Amino acid sequence: MLKILATRIEQGCRTLAFPSEEAKLPERFRGRPTIDSKKCPDNCQQCAEACPTQAIQVDGTVQLDLGRCLFCQECVMACPEQAITYTPDFRLASTTRESLMLRSDEIPKVLALEEKTRRLFGRSLKLREVCAGSCNGCEMELQALNNVVFDLGRFGIQFVASPRHADGLVVTGPVTKNMRTALLKTYEAVPSPKLVIAVGACAISGGPFRDGPEVHNGVEKFLPVDLYIPGCPPHPLTILDGVLRLLGRLESGTREEVHQK
Amino acid sequence: MSVATPLALRNPQAVDEAAIPVLPIQEFRDTVLHTVKGGARLSAFFGRLISGKQVKVYALLAHDEVGECTAIGTIVQDSYPSLTPECPQAHWFERELAEQFAVKPEGHPWFKPLRHHHNYRGVPDLWPGQDFASPIPGSYPFFRVKGSEIHEVAVGPVHAGIIEPGHFRFQCHGERVLHLEIQLGYQHRGIERMLAGGPSQRMPVLAESIAGDTVVGHALAFCEVMESLGDCQISPRAQALRDIVLELERLANHIGDLGALGTDVGFLPAAAYFGRLRGEFLNLLMELTGSRYGRSFLRPGGVLHDLSGVLLVDFEKRMKRAQKELRTFARMLFDTPSVIDRFEGTGIVTREVSEELGFVGPVARACGSHRDVRHDHPSGIYQFAHLPMMTADTGDVHARALIRWLEAERSLEFLLEQLTSLPEGELQVPCARAGPNQWAFSMVEGWRGEIVHLITTNELGAIARYKVIDPSFHNWIGLAMALRDGEISDFPLCNKSFNLSYAGHDL
Repeated sequence: MLKILATRIEQGCRTLAFPSEEAKLPERFRGRPTIDSKKCPDNCQQCAEACPTQAIQVDGTVQLDLGRCLFCQECVMACPEQAITYTPDFRLASTTRESLMLRSDEIPKVLALEEKTRRLFGRSLKLREVCAGSCNGCEMELQALNNVVFDLGRFGIQFVASPRHADGLVVTGPVTKNMRTALLKTYEAVPSPKLVIAVGACAISGGPFRDGPEVHNGVEKFLPVDLYIPGCPPHPLTILDGVLRLLGRLESGTREEVHQK
Repeated sequence: MSVATPLALRNPQAVDEAAIPVLPIQEFRDTVLHTVKGGARLSAFFGRLISGKQVKVYALLAHDEVGECTAIGTIVQDSYPSLTPECPQAHWFERELAEQFAVKPEGHPWFKPLRHHHNYRGVPDLWPGQDFASPIPGSYPFFRVKGSEIHEVAVGPVHAGIIEPGHFRFQCHGERVLHLEIQLGYQHRGIERMLAGGPSQRMPVLAESIAGDTVVGHALAFCEVMESLGDCQISPRAQALRDIVLELERLANHIGDLGALGTDVGFLPAAAYFGRLRGEFLNLLMELTGSRYGRSFLRPGGVLHDLSGVLLVDFEKRMKRAQKELRTFARMLFDTPSVIDRFEGTGIVTREVSEELGFVGPVARACGSHRDVRHDHPSGIYQFAHLPMMTADTGDVHARALIRWLEAERSLEFLLEQLTSLPEGELQVPCARAGPNQWAFSMVEGWRGEIVHLITTNELGAIARYKVIDPSFHNWIGLAMALRDGEISDFPLCNKSFNLSYAGHDL
């Protein structure tokens, strides 16, 4: 008992001050890519050819689909002019698939929930996670949200055991043929109104398994997605930032601000 | 009985496919049974389509005591006499072979599909009436115990926590579990088929996504098998950096498991402190590789980033602090009587069962089986720097927890030693393409145990067959054995003490 207390005192509080203070990730961390198409040599397709998931299209300018991107840096290494670079910015989430198509230095947009839904979920959101063929990478980052560093509970957000207790589903994985039925049944079991959050490249586009023989290319084909969180896997801060912006609890994402733009 | 001499190999190695002796099925069977009886393990047993009708089957046997592997092959068509009745460790492999190529092992005692998909040969599947479009297990019945006081508990595929899908079917008498049947396959993504046909740009990211908690382990096995095919010798520095990230991955997972075991017995301080300490190792991986799981760091020919200067100094400082914290937290966990009371005697697996069923990794070492690829079949830096093998003998949850702590301690010592003596060398060297008709394998001790990757190439040098064996493939049956005659309420604790991969098994 004394040992436990002594350790408790020594450890102190380890929870991140995010979002009241900015969180900084290391220099090498591969977060939001920025693109400078002005640097591209004429007719160069090297980044597009190097990409293992065909996330990049070049026709005059470079377009990178963050929903397919695995943050593997093959494009960066292939580019002769350093037109694509990864920044340590973890803000990647978006409420629309279109705003994940990057062309320059933009941050994907999260449109906060409308007033009525926000009143329902804004201060208490219960989520049920369904792994539909993910490699367990996204699961581990979702679990990490529950540790003392990220402490999801302080925002009133919680993962619950039963879909009947949930306000929404967090889906990972490309949706394997063998998980399709279970995913749909779990969705049906969640009472309306309900949210669907697609976490990771697999759930958004199939990720590295895209067009594989045993998978569907993501959850969109089956369920209406309210929030896309790219990454392979997304950093816990990427997930947290996305969900808080969806709930209108971070400034850069309130409905008003988005509409003003 | 006639026994042949298989081809001797060392990890990792590529050979001409023709060098592997092809025996008639009876002789092949006798040789495998004889070798396993002599103390070898069945590390791999898999098929490759050689014509529309015929399947070539290979067995890779590991002789741990002499640090050698041997391989033999045979050709089968529609059926062959099953090895399982005399060699139980073949049971899962034979079910896999039957599902993938519709080759029936006659006399297999528990013949059912493994992952629930159609075979790759385009012939009728072996389970008539099995509907692969319907949910798992299709029309295959679960094993049932009958009796008026027997009840059945079904769990999954969607579980209560944030974990992967699988189905567990318990046959219980009161609290007592008479039998547990584990049905997987929900995570099946067809990885082996996607890895074949290349080499392609997709391969490295696919290998890293076999099991997202074992990114480095599978990436290393992938790189080593590709390099043995391309006859590529990477620099000592690249080797050292690879093994550093492999140990970081082991540390993150072992420490995370200790925290999760704390959660499952209601000891929350352990959950909180180990949970954060696990993150420290993920953050070290992120500093070095740009990803918390070490993605896109290992590539055939070497590694993509260096560890030097300020980062190296910082690494050493942070690891020393982590070493101190690990000891404090572990002592707190292992000195708490209520924790020990729940750990000891729960979910026992004996050494006999472990060796008969061919378990690997910490699960095997916790019941006294001496096997560790880093020790028995070393590659990379493990050839020069020896890590002592940690074993226990009680085979219960306590032993599996203890092994994790001890291995984490050894890994930290190893890392601190490596950091002070990083060898010089190029980060990357070119890796040539594979030649025609090659056969290659590599073995890596991932944090869960032995990972094996095997490749055969066709007459053009393209990859004809890519076989992946995650340690979970060997160990899932261990969880069922641990639960036998145990209490159903101990299932979460037992499950966590094994912490096996669904994705790695289902591929």
